[in-house]
Amino acid sequence: MTEPTGPQIGRDEWVARAGERFQTRTGPLGAVERAAARIHPAIRFGALVTAAGVFGIATSDGYYQRVGFNTLYYALLALGLNVVVGWAGLLDLGYVAFFGIGAYTYAFLDSDKFHLHWPPIATMAIAMVGCAIIGLFVGLPSRRLLGDYLAIITLFFGQIFYNVVGNLSITNGPNGLTNLDPLSFFGLQINTVREYYYVALVLFVLVVVVLWLVNNSRTGRAWRSLREDQLAAQLLGMPINPLKLLAFSFGAAVAGLTGTLFAALEVNIFPSNFYLDVLITLYAIVVLGGAGSMAGAILGAFSITVGIEILNSTGNSPTLFYLSASRLFYIGLGVALVVWLRPWRWLVFVVGATIGLGFAVNAVATAAWPSGTHPLPNSGQSTFLSGWVVELTSPIHVGNFAYGVLIAAVLGITLVKGRLRKLLVIPLIYLAAFVWENELVLNPSVTALILLGALLVALMIARPSGLLGKARVELG
Amino acid sequence: MNWDQFVQLTVNGLTDGSVYALIALGFSIVYGILKLLNFAHGDVFMIGAFIGYFVLTGFGGPLNPDMPLPLLLILMFLCAMLGCGALGVVIERFAYRPLRDAPRIAPLISALGVSFLIQNSALLLFGADIRSYDSADLANGHYAFPSYGIQWGPLQLSIIRILTISLTIVICIALTQGIARTQLGKAMRATSYDREAAQMMGIDTDRVIASAFFIGSAIAGVAGVMFGLAFDNIFHLIGFENGLKAFTASVVGGIGSIPGAALGGIVVGLAESYSTGYIPNGTTYQDLWVFSLLIVVLLVRPTGLLGKADIRKV
Repeated sequence: MTEPTGPQIGRDEWVARAGERFQTRTGPLGAVERAAARIHPAIRFGALVTAAGVFGIATSDGYYQRVGFNTLYYALLALGLNVVVGWAGLLDLGYVAFFGIGAYTYAFLDSDKFHLHWPPIATMAIAMVGCAIIGLFVGLPSRRLLGDYLAIITLFFGQIFYNVVGNLSITNGPNGLTNLDPLSFFGLQINTVREYYYVALVLFVLVVVVLWLVNNSRTGRAWRSLREDQLAAQLLGMPINPLKLLAFSFGAAVAGLTGTLFAALEVNIFPSNFYLDVLITLYAIVVLGGAGSMAGAILGAFSITVGIEILNSTGNSPTLFYLSASRLFYIGLGVALVVWLRPWRWLVFVVGATIGLGFAVNAVATAAWPSGTHPLPNSGQSTFLSGWVVELTSPIHVGNFAYGVLIAAVLGITLVKGRLRKLLVIPLIYLAAFVWENELVLNPSVTALILLGALLVALMIARPSGLLGKARVELG
Repeated sequence: MNWDQFVQLTVNGLTDGSVYALIALGFSIVYGILKLLNFAHGDVFMIGAFIGYFVLTGFGGPLNPDMPLPLLLILMFLCAMLGCGALGVVIERFAYRPLRDAPRIAPLISALGVSFLIQNSALLLFGADIRSYDSADLANGHYAFPSYGIQWGPLQLSIIRILTISLTIVICIALTQGIARTQLGKAMRATSYDREAAQMMGIDTDRVIASAFFIGSAIAGVAGVMFGLAFDNIFHLIGFENGLKAFTASVVGGIGSIPGAALGGIVVGLAESYSTGYIPNGTTYQDLWVFSLLIVVLLVRPTGLLGKADIRKV
């Protein structure tokens, strides 16, 4: 039997071979990726949902259930944002406002504010349709110049939402709306965090299935062609502006739905729940996972939510926070080194030199300035670490200065290459550890936001396709 | 209609508008050349305000300055310009240059990250407290300004407002003339028109883009110090709030156009000022009126007041 040579009838060779033009990873990571790609997406998704379902039963700790719920609602929001940013390629910076509109809709229709207690399912439908229509109107003025104008208009829209909701008397201004009804479906009331977790899981499955169908429909394909080449799409007769507005409304509707869910669990909502930091978190999630990939949005939501939760757990217990966040930081450093430093001798050399440098610097610092440093370990800190990193008794000024030096050093090291870079990494790691212990660990919430900002920049430069996105190869 | 109130509101609006116009200028220069919305620009402005503050307090503060006040003011402006200019160049070099040939959304997301990074670094380093320039004291200082501005009929015109408005006019003229007449300006126009062709003609486009960032950010630094002098209070979020108004200003005026940015800034400033005076609750919903203005302008003239329609060639 001979291989058919030329292109077959009714089959475009260029399209058929599209898979070859995507970059694929080599080595063990690539093998895992290829093996995973062979499993049908429905099976992969089913396994994920089963695991999530088991998690809800297995844990009896309300805190873990809450983290699970957070992961799910961030995943829902990220899936909606992914439609706009990942599929249609539009920059929607007012996305969080739609989340807020959904939450406030629930607050108006299901609380004692107006003595309305609508069935939550009706409220959810209203929130979705309402957000979709508002999204349409927000996008409309910029329809002739979508793109950059849309970014500014939506950014402003988000700010307006925050400003207006924070000042209107009907929303109680910054004091927010309190005592919202719990969710209930057909007489069945949802009370515990675990029950909310399962409601979120059901909504999550529904949204994923709907978005999956949309993505594989004519509209989904049109969105992707729009993102790849707007001009070509237009020439093929696609109504590009309606398509863009449709994507925009679609994202808004998902955000509105998630807003009602969020409001019902939170019981009290405030304008500050819907500000810039949520937007940046969502962008970090979508970009980390890989814009355009639904699995990526879910993975990104999981990593970022859990990461932030670990950083912010300082309120519960400083020792716990110190242990977990710091441990995560050093593990992250270690993993980065192992991945990056390829020949083993370099890895051993760099790690050894860093440890040696630390003990030397610490010895000199404690000897030279005994009043300013404290050699004893903090609560929960290992003796090894306290002997390694210099810790100051009043870290504010030196810490600020070191933070500036660290940023300059990180930027500077991207300019040098080869052996010199590997050598310079040794003091850089030590500096990073010093700044971490003396500055960042003390302000966990700000640190989380700084890391998210840095993550966005670093990812866009180093790996714009994120964890699970497909890297495109420019056509020659 | 109360005439005195109208004139006072106009002066206030012009002061606000001058600051917006200056931020919008830097924004427009960068957009004109790279077609990049530099979201971090507002935060560069905020850093400028902080540099001015630290120079002011470092040299004894407004009440007890170590040097004559005019000299101190010049030093504040100079330091803020140099600091912000350098910051702008660093941002361009590390966050935007690697993405110059990436899909358009990539540098935008990177810009968003830089903006957030700077904003929160300022929060980490300077804290969330509001710092004050104490410029009422500065103007009352017995060194330079014998009285608090000029009383002209019912109109109160402080020295600082006069300084702000006139400095803005000077910078606008210098910038338009510079872009029209100098060699660097010519290179900028060429780079903006067609980067590849400019490169082939021997223009070092990397340097041109870096200088555009330097100039734009230095002007943002001037705006930052001016903001501190005119409105006293600075904190880490002023960059986002004023940056947003400045983006609006440049869209209203015609994105990428230098005179448009200046005009847009003034229009936005005036709109904001009149809304506080003539609309009940105007102060609370200032942002809403400016947003409405933006929507109306985009509906009537989608390319902005002075923008030209962009004809795309295939």
